[in-house]
Amino acid sequence: MARLRSRAQLRMSALFLAATLAVPACGGGGSKEAKDAKPSNTVLQNKGSDTMVNVAQVWAEEYRKVAPNVEVEVSGGGSGVGIAALLKGAVDLANASRDIKPSEAEQASKNTGKSPVGFNVGADALAVYVHKDNPMSEITLVQLTDLYAEGGKVTRWSELGITIPGVKDDTIVRVSRQSSSGTYEFFREHALGNRDFRLGSRDLNGSKEVVELVGTTPTAIGYSGMGYATADVKMLKVAPKAGAPAVAPTIAAVHDKSYPLARSLHVYTLGQPEGAVKAYIDWILSPAGQKVVEDAGYVPVAAAGNATGALATEAPAPGAPPAPAAPQPKP
Amino acid sequence: MSSVPSPIRIARAERSRAAVLAEKALEALIRLSGVSAILFVAAIFFFVLKEAAPVLFSEGFSLGQFLFSTEWYPTSANNVRYGTFALTVGTLSVTALAMLIAVPFGLGAAIYLSEFCKPRLRETLKVVIELLSAIPSVVWGFVGLTVMSKLIVNATGAPVGVNVLNGGIILALMSVPVIVSIGEDALKAVPDSFREAGVALGATRWQLVYRVLLPAARNGLLAAVLLGVGRAVGETMAVLMATGHAVHIPGSLLDSVRTLTANIAAELGEAPSGSDHYRVLFLTGTLLFLITLVVNLTADFVVRGIRRK
Repeated sequence: MARLRSRAQLRMSALFLAATLAVPACGGGGSKEAKDAKPSNTVLQNKGSDTMVNVAQVWAEEYRKVAPNVEVEVSGGGSGVGIAALLKGAVDLANASRDIKPSEAEQASKNTGKSPVGFNVGADALAVYVHKDNPMSEITLVQLTDLYAEGGKVTRWSELGITIPGVKDDTIVRVSRQSSSGTYEFFREHALGNRDFRLGSRDLNGSKEVVELVGTTPTAIGYSGMGYATADVKMLKVAPKAGAPAVAPTIAAVHDKSYPLARSLHVYTLGQPEGAVKAYIDWILSPAGQKVVEDAGYVPVAAAGNATGALATEAPAPGAPPAPAAPQPKP
Repeated sequence: MSSVPSPIRIARAERSRAAVLAEKALEALIRLSGVSAILFVAAIFFFVLKEAAPVLFSEGFSLGQFLFSTEWYPTSANNVRYGTFALTVGTLSVTALAMLIAVPFGLGAAIYLSEFCKPRLRETLKVVIELLSAIPSVVWGFVGLTVMSKLIVNATGAPVGVNVLNGGIILALMSVPVIVSIGEDALKAVPDSFREAGVALGATRWQLVYRVLLPAARNGLLAAVLLGVGRAVGETMAVLMATGHAVHIPGSLLDSVRTLTANIAAELGEAPSGSDHYRVLFLTGTLLFLITLVVNLTADFVVRGIRRK
C-alpha cells in the first residue's frame, strides 16, 4: 500500500512541479517583452488610504496614457499604512484621507532627514449609511456618539424611535473600520469628538466592505466615503446637534462646509517632490486629474492653492491658502 | 586526528584522505540539519521576544491588563489600553468549535481510509483530500465571507453571517485534511501482526479498530489532532475574513469575534516600528507561541501518562 501511495504522491508532485515551472516561464516572457519595448520605465510606488484607492488606480491608468513610460503601482491598506511606508522610504507617494500627525512627521525627519509635504488633491464627505429598508432619514452627531463611542448607551433601533420593517431583533449592528484607516480616525475625531469607539463593532478592512455589509444587513449602520454608495444602502442626512438642520452629503454641501463630516484627501511625499513624482502630482491637480476625482463620486479641489503643508493639524477645506513653504502647483 | 595516519588504518579503509574528510563534512552537515530545527525555534522565539521586551518595562503597561483586560484601544487619542483577553477568548472559542467538528470527521475519515476502504477508492479519496489541504487560506476566507455567511444568515436568522460559527466551520474544513493524512499514516504504521492477532482471536472489524488499532496508534492520532489544532490556532487570513473582526467576548455562536492572529495581521502594517503598539503586537505573537507550546506540552504529558498505565 505504501508503495501505491507514494506513486500517487509522486504523480501529484510532478503535476504541481510542471504547473509551478510553467507559470513563471510565461510571466517572465511577458515582462521581458515589456522591458524591451520601453527601456526607460519609471515606476512610482503609491500606497495608503482605502477611501482613495479607487481614485488612485484610475489616476494611474489615465496617467499611463499621458506619460506611457511612467508606471504607478497603487495599493491600499489604510492611510496609516501608507504614511508608515512613506516614513520608511518604501513608497514615493502616500495617500491619506486624514492629515499627517506631528508625531509621524517627526518620525519621518528622524528616519530620513526629510519632512513630508502634503498636497490637497480632493475632498470627500464621510457618509453615514443604513440599509435601504431603514426608515431613518437623518441623524445627529450626538446620536452617533451614543451609538459608536465608548460609554454610549444606545444598542437598539427602538431606542432611537426607529422600527425596521420585518425585523424581530433590532439590535444595532455597528459597522466600523480597522484602526489603520484614515476614515476610522476622521470619524473618531469629528463625529465622536476624539472619544474612543465602543468595542464590539465589526471592524472591516475596506470602504467598500462597509457599504456591502450594511447593504445586506437591515439592522446595520456604518460610515464610509460618499463615493461608495450603492442601491442597497441609504445615506443619512447629518445634523451637528438636535434641532439644527440636517445636511445631505453632496458636492455642494462639502464646498460650502455645511456638511459636518467633510474632509480633505491628501497625497504626501517625502521632501519636495522632484522629477516624475512632481510631474505626476501636477497632473493629478490638473483638470484631467481632478475630473477623475469627480467621476469617482468625490469633490474636486478648487482651482487655486492646493498644498496643505507638511504639518497642518486641522483639515483644511478645499481651496485653503497654501502653507508658506509648500510648492505652488503649476496650473 | 593525527597528522601521520597509521599504516594499518590506511590499509583497512583504503580510501583517500579527501574521501574521509568529505564523509566527516557530510556527517556534520546532517547533524547540523538535525539540530537546526531547535535552533530555528529558539531563534524565532528570541527575536519575537526581543522586539516585544522593551514594552514590558515601559510605563503605563501592565502585564495583568495585557492578559486579562478586554479593552483593546491601541490607537486611542487620549487613553491607550492594550488588553488582549477578548482576542484570546476569540482564538480559543473558534479553535474549540473547529476541533469539535474536525476531530470526529477527521479521525472517522482516517479510520475509514485505513481499515474499511477499497484500495482504488482509497487512492482517489487521498488525492482529493490532499487537494483540499492545498486550497489557499484566503480562498477559504472568501468561501466564509460570501457562501457560508449567507447560509448562516438564512439558516439561523442571525443579523450578520460572519461570526464564531462561520470561522469554526471554515477552520474545521481546513484542519480535517491534516488530521486525515497524519491519522491515516498513524493507523497504517500499526504492524499487520496486530490485526492478524485480533482476527485470529475472533474480533469483529469494529472491535479490532476500537480495542486494538486506536490504542496502538494513540500517539500518532494525538499528533494528528495537535497538528489540526496548530493549524486552527495559527490560521490568519481565513479567520480575519470569516469571524467579523469585532473585539468582543462571544455570548453565543452567532457573535462576531476577533482572534489574536487576525489582530496582528490587521494592525502590524500601520504600527510604526519601535512604538508601544508595535511591541505589544509582538508580545501578542509571544502569547500565541506560548499557547501552542502549552497545548503541545500538555498533550505530550497526556501521552506519557497513558503509556505508563
